[in-house]
Amino acid sequence: MSELVRVNDFVIKLANVNGTGSASANSLLMKAIFRMGVPVVGKNYFPSNIQGLPTWYEVRVTHEGYMARAGQVDVMVAMNAQTYAQDLAEVASGGYLVYDSTWPRTEQLQRDDVTILGVPLARMANENFEGARARILMKNVCYVGALAALLDLDLDIIRELLEQTFASKPQLVGANLKAIRLGYDYACEHFDCPLPLRVAALDATAGHIMIDGNTAAALGCLYAGATVGAWYPITPSTSLMDAFSVFCHRYRIDEQSGEKNFCIVQAEDELAAIGMVLGANWAGARAFTPTSGPGISLMSEFIGFAYFTEIPAVLFNVQRVGPSTGMPTRTQQGDLLSCAYASHGDTRHVLLFPANPQECFSTAVEAFDLAERLQTPVMVLSDLDIGMNDWMVPELQWDESYRPDRGKVLDAAELEQMEEFYRYVDRDGDAICARTLPGTHPRGAFFTRGSGHNEKGGYTEDAAEYQAIVDRLARKWETARTLVPPSIVEEQGSDIAILTIGSGDGAAREARAMLAARGLGFDYLRVRAFPFDAAVAGFIERHQRVYVVEQNRDAQLRTMLINDLAVDPEKLHPVLLYDGLPISAGSIVATIENDLARGAAA
Amino acid sequence: MSFIRKPKINYSGQRRNSLGLTVRDYEGGMSTLCAGCGHDSITSALVQAFFELEIEPHRVAKLSGIGCSSKTPAYFLSTAHGVNAVHGRMPAFATGANAAARDLYYIGVSGDGDSLSIGLGQFSHAMRRNLDMLYVIENNGVYGLTKGQFSASADVGSKAKKGEVNEQRPIDPVKTALAMGCGFVARSFSGDKQQLLPLLKAALKHRGFAMIDVLSPCVTFNDHEDSTKSYAHTRQFYHPAIDADFIAPREPIRAGYDEGQAVPIQLHDGSQVLLRKVAPDYDPTDRAAAFTYLQRCEQQGEIVTGLLYIESGRPTMHDINRSTATQLRDMPYEELNPGAAALAELQKRFR
Repeated sequence: MSELVRVNDFVIKLANVNGTGSASANSLLMKAIFRMGVPVVGKNYFPSNIQGLPTWYEVRVTHEGYMARAGQVDVMVAMNAQTYAQDLAEVASGGYLVYDSTWPRTEQLQRDDVTILGVPLARMANENFEGARARILMKNVCYVGALAALLDLDLDIIRELLEQTFASKPQLVGANLKAIRLGYDYACEHFDCPLPLRVAALDATAGHIMIDGNTAAALGCLYAGATVGAWYPITPSTSLMDAFSVFCHRYRIDEQSGEKNFCIVQAEDELAAIGMVLGANWAGARAFTPTSGPGISLMSEFIGFAYFTEIPAVLFNVQRVGPSTGMPTRTQQGDLLSCAYASHGDTRHVLLFPANPQECFSTAVEAFDLAERLQTPVMVLSDLDIGMNDWMVPELQWDESYRPDRGKVLDAAELEQMEEFYRYVDRDGDAICARTLPGTHPRGAFFTRGSGHNEKGGYTEDAAEYQAIVDRLARKWETARTLVPPSIVEEQGSDIAILTIGSGDGAAREARAMLAARGLGFDYLRVRAFPFDAAVAGFIERHQRVYVVEQNRDAQLRTMLINDLAVDPEKLHPVLLYDGLPISAGSIVATIENDLARGAAA
Repeated sequence: MSFIRKPKINYSGQRRNSLGLTVRDYEGGMSTLCAGCGHDSITSALVQAFFELEIEPHRVAKLSGIGCSSKTPAYFLSTAHGVNAVHGRMPAFATGANAAARDLYYIGVSGDGDSLSIGLGQFSHAMRRNLDMLYVIENNGVYGLTKGQFSASADVGSKAKKGEVNEQRPIDPVKTALAMGCGFVARSFSGDKQQLLPLLKAALKHRGFAMIDVLSPCVTFNDHEDSTKSYAHTRQFYHPAIDADFIAPREPIRAGYDEGQAVPIQLHDGSQVLLRKVAPDYDPTDRAAAFTYLQRCEQQGEIVTGLLYIESGRPTMHDINRSTATQLRDMPYEELNPGAAALAELQKRFR
């Protein structure tokens, strides 16, 4: 049996049953490694279910600080007898499997190249704790204790984490520490600890935090000054509004009066949620809605209305696997096209693509500024991987000099000075017209209508008047192109390149490093917005082959590039990974190498 | 082009309200609806109501969805912001606008298709939230813009212009509003301005969701002999249960009412609604009794009208939210942003 000697570079996967409290134990394990200064990546593969189905959590320990899923498992903690066979099969050769040997499964758990480590977790928990619920929870903490011994984790850090977690319930600290100790001692007594795969303290996480994208986006909304949020619960976006609500209750309630400086409305459906967001923006507040693919489908009519009537709005689409209900707890980038062109008629919408939680924070703020500057809906497209998994990112920074860009809004004093006001007159040549808020001034009144209107805001069925409006909207798209966040470009003069989007960033960068190690130098571009900024077309022109890495079946990003930039489709080679799991570098490398080999053979 | 600017005619001696405005200042564009449309009478009553209440026109937000009725906000208050939202979704838009700017008067004008078919869900949920707005349903039992299909409020046995007979039971906005907990429920008739005007005024001053179902005959598609939403049918079976008079705070209560039968209801700004029972056994503060009364009259084919239910003081959306008195859109950014130090502190828990 070959032995893997790898310090700070391996993957632990925990196979649990959902609803058994494993999430907090797994988070404790990951945080302990993070606090030892070693970069980690956490991925949660959970079912669309409350209790009783298999669920997995994966912790990648990566001293190089890669941000993607590794695509292999070195240590499996198998806590779900239902998935033993599958879990054992997934372990890489030379790896380990830890399981609850209260009920020995020596027959079932057989693999010559994997070391099976049995720890009688349930027995230890039953002997030491009272009550069914406590025993189930403590069994999980016991395996963290065993892993602490096997992987050489710092017990003081685990203690500190438990003390912080249970600051308000100190009696739980002792019980949890006892469970840690039980697992730890058992492993020390029965196995050769630590394993060749282990953690050694580093100093590579200072100045970083572990945060999920939905929490970070909610913080962005808070700091951008959003006051109205309307939503309908949908996985995987729900935690965004949950977090916004928590932050608002903490920072937005007047201490003296107890009054709220915010209004969160749980709508009856997504059709209403977007309607509320448009109403609030129309009336002058910064308002947003978080949703996921099916929600966008329902919101489409109002999105087209907002595009045509030029009402700002911010939407977060935390994408999940489609089509239809799809797989609500798996990740994908399958809504690029449906968001880009949502609603009937000629519509195009500004999209922003954060690549990680840090960017969710900054992009959220940018989204509000762009929506108000451009007077149009702006959609932030993250996905389940970014939104719900904990990522290690640099601490979020806030620039105190920031002030919201409310765009062209005329106030009472300005209206008083004007002879007349018409809503859709392009005075500045940037195709953005001044708007007014209701209740400001009699001269500011206008009628917002989704039907044909002219530049004065009046109803029209006149061919020329109608066309003047939609042609100006097309010009506004070009203004948007100059305002959206620019692409990230890393070029070294290669004639081949990788182009990706959003959560593809981590895996694509790692793939690039792997390919470079094999002598293949790839240039790199990550788009951050639609419309695509000026850099993208030039980048594609300068390269012979551009691998477009995206997480959907139909090469939607590639379609948008061709559509928006009229670039040569032949140059754009699709790399499509859409099985619902977070993207890994290995799968990108494999696809590119196949394509290169085909190219060489032809 | 179906938008016609209405010439504003000023002549000396016009009555002016305390804002110095005449009725003309409360008008809008020229109506493009069919001649004789009930909706135009409602528009005219609305103009009068805003004028008499002395509300600054630009402090009103007019909202509607899609349909003939939804065109009407263009025909009153030309200096107020207006919105034609998408079909059946005006309540959501109004909810958001009200969340952002609570100090404005909100008036929604909808129709039976807009509120009882495509928008029944939003109509119901706006009442559930007790959004502070006046919601007028211009109810004619028919789809006008698409030329004559039955709507969800068409009565059983009513015949369409082309002869088809409706056999499905109607959705009654009044009974729906009672069931949804609405605190101000009324029904009137576009042809009875005397009844409608005080209802509109009281509804505008009511704090919370005020629903008025106004029967408004469609002269083109639903005013024929066998229609139950025609002028003739409505007049024949018209059954006022209770009359309401709106009394502004400073107005002396006019004499002439039978004190024994008049019930004054106090509104939040000090104005009053004085209710006079036409039907002696009717109690407009008893939701269950109102429902039963309606049901009984309906079986006799009678159309009960008036201020059918009123309950002052129900908490509105903002009351339930405990919103700040300052409109959210007017909150200074500095008060909304916790600052860099708070962000640094907060992130300790993400270590």
